[in-house]
Amino acid sequence: MSPRRQRKSVTADERFPSAPLDGPLLEVADVKTHFKTARGLVRAVDGVSFSLERGRTLGIVGESGSGKTVLSRSIMGLLPKRNVIREGSVRFEDREISDLSPHEMRQIWGSQMGMVFQDPMTSLNPVMRVGKQITESLLHHLDISKSYADELALALLSSVGIPEPQRRLREYPHQLSGGMRQRVMIAIALACGPKLLFADEPTTALDVTVQAQILDLLQTQQRERFMAMILVTHDLGVVAGRADEIAVMYAGKVVEKAPASVLFTDMKMPYTEALLQSIPKISDKSHTRLRVIGGRPPSLIDPPAGCRFAARCPYVQDKCLDEEPPLLPGSTPGHEFRCWFPVGTPEGRAALERNRAAGIAPPAYEPVIGDGATAPASTTSGGTV
Amino acid sequence: MAGSGTAHLRPVEEAMLRVEELVVDFPIGKSGLKVNAVSSVSVDIKEGETLGVVGESGCGKSTLARAAIQLPPPTSGKVFFEGQDLTQLKGEALRRVRPRMQMIFQDPISSLNPRRKVGDLVGEGLEIWGIGDKESRRKKVDEVLDAVGIDPETARDRRPHEFSGGQCQRISIARAVVTEPKLIICDEPVSALDVSVQAQIINLLQDMKDRYGLTIIFIAHDLAVVKNVSDRVVVMYLGKVCEFGPPDALYEQPVHPYTAALLTAIPVPDPSVRPEDRKVLVGELPSPIAPPSGCRFRTRCPKAQEKCAEEEPVVRELRPGQFGACHFPLEPGEELDFTRVTGQQVTAPA
Repeated sequence: MSPRRQRKSVTADERFPSAPLDGPLLEVADVKTHFKTARGLVRAVDGVSFSLERGRTLGIVGESGSGKTVLSRSIMGLLPKRNVIREGSVRFEDREISDLSPHEMRQIWGSQMGMVFQDPMTSLNPVMRVGKQITESLLHHLDISKSYADELALALLSSVGIPEPQRRLREYPHQLSGGMRQRVMIAIALACGPKLLFADEPTTALDVTVQAQILDLLQTQQRERFMAMILVTHDLGVVAGRADEIAVMYAGKVVEKAPASVLFTDMKMPYTEALLQSIPKISDKSHTRLRVIGGRPPSLIDPPAGCRFAARCPYVQDKCLDEEPPLLPGSTPGHEFRCWFPVGTPEGRAALERNRAAGIAPPAYEPVIGDGATAPASTTSGGTV
Repeated sequence: MAGSGTAHLRPVEEAMLRVEELVVDFPIGKSGLKVNAVSSVSVDIKEGETLGVVGESGCGKSTLARAAIQLPPPTSGKVFFEGQDLTQLKGEALRRVRPRMQMIFQDPISSLNPRRKVGDLVGEGLEIWGIGDKESRRKKVDEVLDAVGIDPETARDRRPHEFSGGQCQRISIARAVVTEPKLIICDEPVSALDVSVQAQIINLLQDMKDRYGLTIIFIAHDLAVVKNVSDRVVVMYLGKVCEFGPPDALYEQPVHPYTAALLTAIPVPDPSVRPEDRKVLVGELPSPIAPPSGCRFRTRCPKAQEKCAEEEPVVRELRPGQFGACHFPLEPGEELDFTRVTGQQVTAPA
């Protein structure tokens, strides 16, 4: 106990002497995370770059296996060292953190960056009282007394909306409901006032009503603390109104990144379009046939040479199979996408038209939005080619 | 909420499955207390219909469906399946009905035995019932595998771990339809799947329904999914029926405040909708061991009055075809502020 305390008391201010307040909080450049497995090298994250300003929210959306969770763990340095190849740079407050040792990272985890995990039951310690789990990081990072830490824990619990916080502090995780546990997780993540919060599918295990409560709570806390947040989810509905910027991941790469309003109205990447169309919408009549994305994501061990979505894409052309599209800027600032034949452009429409004429559009997937046509009738888009 | 009453049931002879005043209690150890998981619920399904069951976790939706097929048998109530009261059947007689009722579970990977081959898993029902000879069973297995979009040649001798979650769910569906059942209970069949796979499975279920003439009970917590698949929807809360009706009307203009609460909480994939402006439900589900008196939703309902605590509302027709159990049902277009009622007192953020 005491050696740890002494080591800690030298830290906080010294390690982050005067972090510049201008400039992005987090800059991620060309991060790659590859896993060595018996079957070969799995390229889970394959060259992702973005930057995040203070107080802003970045939504990372993708299906399982797209690398969104591995990306957030790579940034935080939470992956094992063995059989993992990590490349690229992660700058936090203008300081490179990708090469820090776990010991050095301990000063950042909790106090600078926090994380809320998906499953609150398995990420809380089942044999430790809730109160102790909250004060643990407070006592590690801040030079405060036990009793003051207890007071802070009580304040935290009530600020995350837990009724009777005094009683809850003495309880174990199994005595709480799923929503309450997630509130406790949030309280733990917020305890030391991190500047950046990762929320990895924070509401996937929860009911809709509780989901709304938890997302609202995260948003209020974020605003009050001027904290940046990375919200990782597979649900476009969750990030739509809550993220400033959204990055769509597919097979280890960011395939489209845009301000939230732009992404939904002016998407350029066929995958984004397909993903949005495959969600059942509450405004649709019942028994509306859903548009599905045929096929499956490519293997991350031996990804295809060209665009990774090519095999499932209705816009696919020969070029897509041979050459990988770079991240190109769109017409709106901050909008980037990887596609040779973007949705809603003359090239895109021409590509789609050619595929339809040749009868090679993937079955059961008919793109409609993007070209202003409400029906997949080829006549409307045909006129503009 | 409270929805006892049978006003929403159709004539007995029209329904393929008719559940009357079903009660399921689970005793808690030897304490004498019990969890009232399903409390006097009545529903019915016509042949070829899909009944969607929605509600939060713990509302009794799975228990209702399971008790309907006697797994486990309900504490009280009647279940008529094709005119036969299942609650009166025992042992072999009940077993004889089983191949006509099948179930598809939430987690496709853990619901298939990892040590068995796909061909055997799918053909198991046929084998148990001794339907056809070996050759015709094999043909039937190939046919259903093909129907669910799995190539029988490559899949037959493989084991479940070689397939993705979506493919395993397809195999589960093949396994369920192989005995040509009348009724299939889908308990959260798409909750564990990705959105793109979810769409494939929903469309597949619809195809299977048309092809094999199935009647489906579809349980899910995702309201948009339920709306998409259902012909009728029942909304449950804490073991009771809140609202019962056709999906389009029920989602457009709910009569029960709880249905409205669920609808406001759905995240919309539209950035122009500001989620924090919505007045979502606060607090948590009360304990099913000691549920609130009268209407069970009253502790979180902004419209609750004294009457709601004293008298349990009964399911009645509030609009044509739309049934609800509420003393003070919603008017068309009425909006509620759920944050006004604190239920189990949630403190405001400091």
